[in-house]
Amino acid sequence: MTVAAGIGLGERQAGAGAPPPAVTERRSRRKLTPYLLLVPGMAWLAIFFIAPIVTLLSTSTQTRPEGAEIGVFTQTFRFANYLDALEGYGPEFGRSFLYALLATVLALAISYPLAYAIAFKAGRWRNLLLVLVVAPFFVSFLLRTVAWKQILADDAWVADLLRALSVIGPQTHIINSAPAVVIGITYNFLPFMILPIYASLERVDPRLMEAAGDLYSSALTTFRKVTIPLSMPGIVAGTLLTFIPAAGDYVNSALLGNKDTTMVGNVIDSRFLRVVDYPTAAVLSVTLMASILVLVGFYIRRAGTEELV
Amino acid sequence: MSTATASSRNGRTSGQRLSRWLSTNAIRIYAVIGFAYLFVPVAYTFAYSFNNSGKSNLNWRGFTLEKWSNPCGAPDVCTALGNSLKIGLIATVVATVLGTMIAFALARHRFRGRTATNLTIFLPMATPEVVLGASLLALFLNAGINPGFWTIVIAHVMFCISFVVVTVKARLAGLDPRLEQAAMDLYANEAQTFRRVTLPLVAPGIMAGALLAFSLSFDDFIITNFNSGDVNTFPKFVWVSSLRGIPAQANVIASAMFFIALFTVLFAQLVAGRRRKAT
Amino acid sequence: MSRASKGTAQGQVDGGRDLRIGNVTKRFGSFVAVDDLSLTVPSGSFFALLGPSGCGKTTTLRMVAGLEEPSEGSILIGDQDVTFAKPYRRPVNTVFQSYALFPHLDIFENVAFGLRRRGSKEVKKQVDDALELVELGGFAKRKPAQLSGGQQQRVALARAIVNNPAVLLLDEPLGALDLKLRRQMQIELKRIQTEVGLTFVHVTHDQEEAMTMADTIAVMNNGRIEQLGNPEELYESPTTTFVANFLGQSNLIRSSVTGTSGTDVQLEVHGGRLAMPQSRRNGATDDLLIGVRPEKIRISPTGQDANAEQNELLGGVVTDASFTGVSTQYLVRMPWGQELMVFAQNVGVGGVLAPGTQVDLRWDPAHTFALDGSLDAGAGVQRDEGATPVPVG
Ligand SMILES: Nc1ncnc2c1ncn2[C@@H]1O[C@H](COP(=O)(O)OP(=O)(O)O)[C@@H](O)[C@H]1O
Ligand SMILES: [Mg+2]
Repeated sequence: MTVAAGIGLGERQAGAGAPPPAVTERRSRRKLTPYLLLVPGMAWLAIFFIAPIVTLLSTSTQTRPEGAEIGVFTQTFRFANYLDALEGYGPEFGRSFLYALLATVLALAISYPLAYAIAFKAGRWRNLLLVLVVAPFFVSFLLRTVAWKQILADDAWVADLLRALSVIGPQTHIINSAPAVVIGITYNFLPFMILPIYASLERVDPRLMEAAGDLYSSALTTFRKVTIPLSMPGIVAGTLLTFIPAAGDYVNSALLGNKDTTMVGNVIDSRFLRVVDYPTAAVLSVTLMASILVLVGFYIRRAGTEELV
Repeated sequence: MSTATASSRNGRTSGQRLSRWLSTNAIRIYAVIGFAYLFVPVAYTFAYSFNNSGKSNLNWRGFTLEKWSNPCGAPDVCTALGNSLKIGLIATVVATVLGTMIAFALARHRFRGRTATNLTIFLPMATPEVVLGASLLALFLNAGINPGFWTIVIAHVMFCISFVVVTVKARLAGLDPRLEQAAMDLYANEAQTFRRVTLPLVAPGIMAGALLAFSLSFDDFIITNFNSGDVNTFPKFVWVSSLRGIPAQANVIASAMFFIALFTVLFAQLVAGRRRKAT
Repeated sequence: MSRASKGTAQGQVDGGRDLRIGNVTKRFGSFVAVDDLSLTVPSGSFFALLGPSGCGKTTTLRMVAGLEEPSEGSILIGDQDVTFAKPYRRPVNTVFQSYALFPHLDIFENVAFGLRRRGSKEVKKQVDDALELVELGGFAKRKPAQLSGGQQQRVALARAIVNNPAVLLLDEPLGALDLKLRRQMQIELKRIQTEVGLTFVHVTHDQEEAMTMADTIAVMNNGRIEQLGNPEELYESPTTTFVANFLGQSNLIRSSVTGTSGTDVQLEVHGGRLAMPQSRRNGATDDLLIGVRPEKIRISPTGQDANAEQNELLGGVVTDASFTGVSTQYLVRMPWGQELMVFAQNVGVGGVLAPGTQVDLRWDPAHTFALDGSLDAGAGVQRDEGATPVPVG
């Protein structure tokens, strides 16, 4: 059999001069393989992600000709669309980023100890707890948001409890308010925060923390100087995966907020689907995406982790 | 004098003991509260699946099993569910195949355009769903395509690919290249090496990517809402009926999905654990 | 034994299956990992490739296995040119540095892997035999993760041997084992090689391991072969300072040739006169580095034990003495400042000479070898083994 394995090799003598053609042929095929693997998926993304973004860019400078039908726009390269939209919807932008920021910070505060407890304190319950921590998100996210609507309702136990403790006044609503929206957003994207942090903590060798303790570092210092830096990739990934969808969300604002909690997402949704004002929707989308990318770029640079890209 | 000292010392130690107990168990206490927070909305959804509600399911009207015995009782809910499952399955298969191919190219080959590829994979994850949904709809409208079932599938594949790539790539990165070299050394050609060694070892990553894709697709509302036309999906059904009142059947279906998913995952973990222990 | 005869019966292991590496060079970018290396490994031999970490051993093996293509040169097995053949098209198997056992397959399937790919008959019997050979008969149904390092190592060996390759490559197969297990496995490997009669090419950076096991050793340094020979030749007659220092330890002393008498060369060393056999001289110039192994030197307090027949260096001072049980290792500072190393067997009842003692060193001229004086006397000194570099005075 070993002999059989050698069949067809005889002619491949390595000449001292030019390399044998078999090699170059194989080289070129090897070079082609990655492209063959990439083409279908990347074509999909090119057609259904990049082309739409380009379309969006072009739509953003269109205008509706005088007296034209609803939904008909022509390209006039009116960059003033951007100024108009930003002037009109500045507060919505501000709220989107503020709520997203608050929700990200809250989610981090909730997730990190949970992930830490699962990674280091759960022993043999680790896998079970990991399942349980993502289990709530097997429930449809709209119904979860509706559940928050019920939990935060004026006549529900949470409001009663807070009133009894005088945390809120008798007339204060929780539902249909900015805090309700932030609570909803925070809850919504928790698994995107917990899982990356857990994944990076799991990779931390507990002996490193023991070593830090051995080198006269207090529990708190160890946490600050060893655990946090080592889990930084998870924190960066988690905060990004939370912040980005949070900034574009409009479901929580629509279900848990009021007209003063409107976010950019709500405006894009209504401009696009109800008012049929495509250019404005496009301007807002482009601006939202661009500002998120700029923020993310800065953040990744600061955090020193370019693992995601 | 001596008794006073003893008792005060006693008092101090029990106080100290409590604070020590609290500080050593703080993280566990926190975890318990955290889990409670995570499960309260789920408990609500589950509880209200037994609500003897009429049109709206926001207030408690008494216990009934009627909705569980007739989950398709509300108009359209099961059509919407069926659409969601179909779209989820198709999108998962396509996205998993395409995403896995890209992951292999990225993890195993050097080629020009690598940075551009990585960026194109990253961008959809860094783009808010409204933007993805709105831009894709703009493209369909420009091209004169009416949104419907297949436009939803297209959209879902698009945003699932990146997540599959990231998941599979991570698994591939952790795969020792010497295993594949060992296979080749043991007379396995490229195809056999892939089938006998690479694929079985990367399978958990591909599976995880597929599950992630399915859950993202099944639960997606925003992108779907832009590109669905008249076609109803389960999240869209919930959204539309939230204006008039969500039938308790939606809670029944969501609760059932929750338990199916939970038991599937727990079962898979159990099997994996058994296999690990088996001698 | 039965395996060996079976191999011969199938016509797989016989003469004419020598491994011949001809002028092979491997570059990674501009870095030359293997530099114009030529080597012939006779069929059926136990061949060791010995060299410090990073000298290109693994790269050489990988080219033989087909996992790396040479930049230049050719690789032949028997008459078959395999330079550019795919790994699965050459009669070569590898025991990888970290074993590379398939984690998803049990031990039986790991060992059966190669047989199955080639559609071999009697897989079960061959696998059972191979597992028996490495004394893992009862472990067929286990997964690799459930075995100890030593057991995994033996599975890796069985997985390769079962295919009856013309050449078996072992890349530091014992590197991950603890010292005791390593010694045990060295003997085991040697036994298995004798039993199956396959050609073993064993890569290691451990000179003791190479010397214990191999028929022939190639000492490698910076991508080149420094010297090739059987263990005794290499130890007794190193031809380069690198080999002299890398295999065991050597005292290398600058000297110049003053003349010849009969078959001997007369030398002058820092005022003293020494002799050595002409046959052991490497280096044509009169400027030589003479070498003598520490265990060949006898150490005695000044004035005692004089003997005209011997080479002697007088007027040393013991600077360090460490008792190791079998022997005592001395460092002796010579008048010209160089520290020489002496291993004295603990045979007599005479105590250890205390540091500060004035001593003379003597050895048989026949135990002296000479190297080209232009070589770097510090090459190949293994600091990790606790040897003190010997400065040349
Ligand atoms: N794929 C590679 N790319 C670049 N350099 C390499 C590669 N493989 C090995 N080298 C370099 O070649 C040299 C020899 O490596 P190797 O053959 O592994 O040494 P050894 O096995 O003797 O320790 C080392 O300096 C190593 O860094
Ligand atoms: Mg090596």
